[in-house]
Amino acid sequence: MHELSIALSLVEAACEAAAPLGNVRVEALHVRLGALSGVVKEALAFSFDVAAKGTSIDGARLDIEDVPVTAYCPRCETERGLDAASFALRCPVCGTQLPQLIHGREMELTALEVCDEEAADRRGPSERPQEE
Amino acid sequence: MKRPRIVEVRQNVLRKNDEIARALRQRFEEAGVCVVSLVSSPGAGKTTILEKTASALAGRHRVGVLVGDLATDRDARRLEGSGARVQQITTGTVCHLDAEMVRTALEGWDLDALDFLFLENVGNLVCPSSYDLGEATRVVLVSVTEGEDKPLKYPTIFNTADIAMITKIDLADAVGFRRDDLAAAFEAVRPGIAVLETSARTGVGMDRWLSTLERLRASSRPIAKPEAADQSL
Repeated sequence: MHELSIALSLVEAACEAAAPLGNVRVEALHVRLGALSGVVKEALAFSFDVAAKGTSIDGARLDIEDVPVTAYCPRCETERGLDAASFALRCPVCGTQLPQLIHGREMELTALEVCDEEAADRRGPSERPQEE
Repeated sequence: MKRPRIVEVRQNVLRKNDEIARALRQRFEEAGVCVVSLVSSPGAGKTTILEKTASALAGRHRVGVLVGDLATDRDARRLEGSGARVQQITTGTVCHLDAEMVRTALEGWDLDALDFLFLENVGNLVCPSSYDLGEATRVVLVSVTEGEDKPLKYPTIFNTADIAMITKIDLADAVGFRRDDLAAAFEAVRPGIAVLETSARTGVGMDRWLSTLERLRASSRPIAKPEAADQSL
């Protein structure tokens, strides 16, 4: 269970990426998570809320995109998707062993979804998002 | 209402760790020290193999060991008898080593004075797979008592390893170890991985392991002719 460590790194990365954007509220983080990343999505989502507490991205949503395992088959000369349940690194069509993964190890912060705070403040109180 | 805008970031979540690991790897390469990390479940025999390995290398080579555990310095004390320079990393509640822990533990070390550096990770087949420690070679250990399907259950750690070592091979018959099943499991998750069988107790397979280490060391020495560098492992 190292998802809390991963979540802390993710929050740190997001805070650093948000800092130069000025007065913004981070609404969401877009994350790509490979099936072979060694990270459990649910555990990361759970840890994320805890890790973000009290930081500049407190309350942000975590949007996780699952990245399936793919590898290049030299015999078929094409990229093949692999069965996530078995992780056997063989071409599902011709059976060739596939030592080179193309996707599946990703653990990437791809983007932030942000709102400019000034714009939010100009709205009437009823339009403002509920603060805790 | 103003819609949120998307700001592209595109960076590895563990970028900080990767940067520290990259800097460590460069230092290791410049110093010509062969750095090997060991990962396994708890009790597979990492410390015992390291004790025997460090003792066997002592005299011919200068050996350092960083050993990670959640608590106690018992492993470091066990390893001190081998003649290696040993530093315990106590991780507290953290279930893996990361590059910063390695960097901090090496403060004050003269890497030029080392031929081998072993990094013994916390016993865990899940979390260490995500963290690059700057090692040149990652060895994953499985003991014959653990079950032949272990690589299929923990594909990530096996997929990131360079060498698989089957330990406690002297117990193979007693526990009905099925060698072919484990070999097939290795091949499924890490095609072509080098497999070694060892018994630290009887010494079986230690020669092959030690000659593998010598070969790794030969390829990690600062080499005058870059084209002579061995890229095979």
